Amino acid sequence: MTQEQLLPLILKKDEKAFTLMYDMYSKNLYGVIYNLINDREEAEDVLQEVFVKIWKNIETYNESKGRFFTWIVNIARNTTIDKLRSKGFNNSRKNLSADNFVHLLDDSNKLSNMIDSIGIQEFVKKLKPKCIQIINLLFFKGYTQQEASDELEIPLGTVKTQNRNCINDLRNFLKV
Amino acid sequence: MIEVQNYIESGILELYVFGTLSEAETEEVAQMAIKHPEIQEEIISIEKAVISLSYSMAPYLSAANYDRIKEALIKKHGKVVDLQPKSHLATYLGWAAAVVLLIGIGWQYTLIDAAKNEVAQIETERDTLESKLNTLEMSQSETKQLLAVVRDQNNIVVPLVGQAVSPEATAKVYWNQNTQTVYIDAAGLPEPPEGFVYQVWALKLNPLTPTSIGLLDDFKANNSRLFAVSNTSGAEAFGITLEPAGGSVTPTLEQLYTLGKV
Repeated sequence: MTQEQLLPLILKKDEKAFTLMYDMYSKNLYGVIYNLINDREEAEDVLQEVFVKIWKNIETYNESKGRFFTWIVNIARNTTIDKLRSKGFNNSRKNLSADNFVHLLDDSNKLSNMIDSIGIQEFVKKLKPKCIQIINLLFFKGYTQQEASDELEIPLGTVKTQNRNCINDLRNFLKV
Repeated sequence: MIEVQNYIESGILELYVFGTLSEAETEEVAQMAIKHPEIQEEIISIEKAVISLSYSMAPYLSAANYDRIKEALIKKHGKVVDLQPKSHLATYLGWAAAVVLLIGIGWQYTLIDAAKNEVAQIETERDTLESKLNTLEMSQSETKQLLAVVRDQNNIVVPLVGQAVSPEATAKVYWNQNTQTVYIDAAGLPEPPEGFVYQVWALKLNPLTPTSIGLLDDFKANNSRLFAVSNTSGAEAFGITLEPAGGSVTPTLEQLYTLGKV
């Protein structure tokens, strides 16, 4: 099932659609949340909150706001950042754990029983260090171009293109 | 076609899928995707890569989570108990009471529903405000940084004045003598047309030797219009020309916008 097929069902708030949506995206959102919060139980709590929010606010989504996947990833990021703030972990996203997703992989590997993701995990570890940093900031932590440019000390104008090259490496590996 | 290809290569679609563009930029990309199927296709491919990546990052997620979330969403209903009829009057009274009760419950339900909608709406509004606050905090720290660049005591400030092609244009060069770094304040330059970019030249005068020190890339996206370009030493003048996207090896002098001596 594709996003395009799923969307009309979700908008009808069909109960089966919820199950489908959960099956399709729970691991993705859990991956994003876990990368920010680095604690499995906390991440599970946030995941629950995120799905409730998605379901309750589904009427406010429309395609001019971007892809559905993007919309739910943003909800996941914002909810996690809220949680971190409310727990007094940190004052802002900038102070979030310095870990990047590749460090967390070793941890998640032990816990993961998904054989099919091992291949991509191994590949991700081989990505250029610059790519790991840039994808970590822009995708997982939701930095803007300007924030990423400051953090990595690279010119603003090259953030987008460097990131594209990195995603292209990933796409070549995945053949998508 | 080349424009569409350039748009794809710019890397903006990746940020669109990541969800880190502003509302306006997001809408623009969504419009472009409707107009150009190849952009839509590219977006879907990028999304596939990102979906695989985030999927592979998740630790094991037990099935119990699904049940917990479902429970949080769907309330369980209590059982209905039948009343035994005692007499006609009691039956009528019973029915009347039931009707009153039903109306009451219906009324309550409407109230609860309205309250719930209100809560959901307020939550959405709060999320929007929060993301606006984030943006504001960012732009404030950006402004502070820019001020620090501009105020540095070691700067030589070179005003550049408009030339024949654009007499109204102005720009300023902040050249830090300690670090040799160069910043261009391009607030006085018009927006470059599609497919063109401003290029900054450090000039030596005798003989006239231009050296490119950088492009004012992403002109529209840079709200402050302050650009860092390459370091330079020994420049005697600075000039800015309009060049085809990607820049040129030598300046196109007919498109010299601004010029100024150190």
